[in-house]
Amino acid sequence: MSAFMENIDWSEIGQATLDTLSMLGGSMVLTVLLGLPLGVILFLTGPSQMLHNRIANGVLSLVINILRSVPFVILLIVMIPLTVALVGTSLGVAGAIPPLVAGAAPFFARLVETALREVDKGVIEASFAMGARRRQVVLGALLPEAMPGLIAAATVTAIALVSYTAMAGVVGAGGLGDLAIRFGYQRFQTDVMVVTVVLLLVLVQALQMVGDAVVRKVSHR
Amino acid sequence: MITFEDVSKTYAGPGKQGGDRAALAGVSLSVAPGEVFGVIGASGAGKSTLIRLINGLEKPSGGKVVVDGDDVAALGVEGLRSLRRRVGMIFQHFNLLSSKTVAGNVAFPLKLAGRSDAEVKARTAELLERVGLTDFANKYPAQLSGGQKQRVGIARALATGPKVLLCDEATSALDPETTEQILELVSNLNRELGLTIVLITHEMDVVRRVCDRVAVLEGGKVVETGPVEQVFLHPASATARRFVTEADGVPGEAGAAVDGRVVRLTFRGEATYRPILGAVARETGVDYSILGGRIHRLRETPYGQLTLSLTGGDVEAAIRRFQADGVRVDLVAEAGR
Ligand SMILES: Nc1ncnc2c1ncn2[C@@H]1O[C@H](COP(=O)(O)OP(=O)(O)O)[C@@H](O)[C@H]1O
Ligand SMILES: [Mg+2]
Repeated sequence: MSAFMENIDWSEIGQATLDTLSMLGGSMVLTVLLGLPLGVILFLTGPSQMLHNRIANGVLSLVINILRSVPFVILLIVMIPLTVALVGTSLGVAGAIPPLVAGAAPFFARLVETALREVDKGVIEASFAMGARRRQVVLGALLPEAMPGLIAAATVTAIALVSYTAMAGVVGAGGLGDLAIRFGYQRFQTDVMVVTVVLLLVLVQALQMVGDAVVRKVSHR
Repeated sequence: MITFEDVSKTYAGPGKQGGDRAALAGVSLSVAPGEVFGVIGASGAGKSTLIRLINGLEKPSGGKVVVDGDDVAALGVEGLRSLRRRVGMIFQHFNLLSSKTVAGNVAFPLKLAGRSDAEVKARTAELLERVGLTDFANKYPAQLSGGQKQRVGIARALATGPKVLLCDEATSALDPETTEQILELVSNLNRELGLTIVLITHEMDVVRRVCDRVAVLEGGKVVETGPVEQVFLHPASATARRFVTEADGVPGEAGAAVDGRVVRLTFRGEATYRPILGAVARETGVDYSILGGRIHRLRETPYGQLTLSLTGGDVEAAIRRFQADGVRVDLVAEAGR
């Protein structure tokens, strides 16, 4: 067993874990800040919705589909000039965040749109019938009613981001995925591979459990 | 309080051109202040469209809807919001916010109207008391029965102190006993608060219990309007007759299979409880078989309706005898064949 663990440098693993967590945290916050309004606009401009607008909806939908159809590894590379312009480097945790957000925000926006579609139309109509302004309907009825779905969407997105952070290792982002590729894969250090994959699994599992618990808490159906 | 002047409503069809369907065509009616006005019609007759024109959830394609002095189509955003605070609405499926508690749901329209926290709190408590749900303030809608949900709906609709209450199939999702309780509550609100009520339903029974007047809607047109007694006891249109016989549980073709003359007797007030049937049979020698009927109340007045087939003896004399006793006789069918 000790021979199996001979390649493990725990401080390096610890640093990589921290890097993964900060990439995840930073990109998740930005993904929600960007993806939520996008998803709301996507929903509201949709057919027979309150801000119905074929052109705005079509353009937004197309942009989202384009970003979603580009494989993340390609997005990482294509975005390097933009990333440098935004955060001054394409390396490390900071350099990973712009492509992570560009990859995850459109995905999250779609999930938000789907969650909003699940909201009972009758409740929206009742809100208008009570004299609500559009803004009040969105903030006071639509979003609270969709909350369980939105939390579930955020959970799925966070987990997708974990695997994106692993891929971000390719462009020198650091983190657990980077460790797995550089040592576990390229240098055949199976023990490093196993430890990093187990840590990623624990992270994914924890995200899912927390997400599910929050969904249960906010769901009163 | 509410008038419809030659109102029509056409929904755009699914395709780009054509396929438009008229949900309402040339509807004119008026609802007086303090009245309980029923609109009855089959599914797809345009009832929901009609009621949604009253609070501007739909805009008319033609004609004019005037509510509490406002031409609904001419109102701006704020005008419409003000109208909607004066016109409450309840729904078949309650449409409560599942994410808010009972108190939160009732408080919602008050918060939308920008009332102070203290006012919201006091008014919410008062409304919950009125609908008998004080103990349920902190429960969520999912924890309530259908009847309780509709009570929350009613409290919420009353929050901003409206003059008009719109009920779109408000009891259609409820069992008969709960329906009874909700209709009772609606009736009380009408009496105690002087609320004008527009009530939409596909059940004649609901109309019979609470409405003063009723309009019968068929294919987007009003085919009959009048006081409930008149429409219920002596329907003029085929549609109204169908709803009435449905409510009586008499199949429309009851006469076809039996011999003799099929008549419907309508007893009202005192005559309802007099033992007249046997007396007439003895005196005129007719035989009767009962095809259907019921004894009920139209709001406060007891009435009975019986569908009989009369055979043998002097049928004409029997009919005259019924009429002399204040019983209305309508011929449903001649000798069945
Ligand atoms: N938003 C809508 N878009 C298109 N057609 C509609 C819409 N709402 C109602 N209709 C149509 O208008 C007619 C009347 O509908 P509605 O007023 O809901 O009838 P009711 O409430 O009596 O069942 C129906 O044929 C229905 O299909
Ligand atoms: Mg309807």
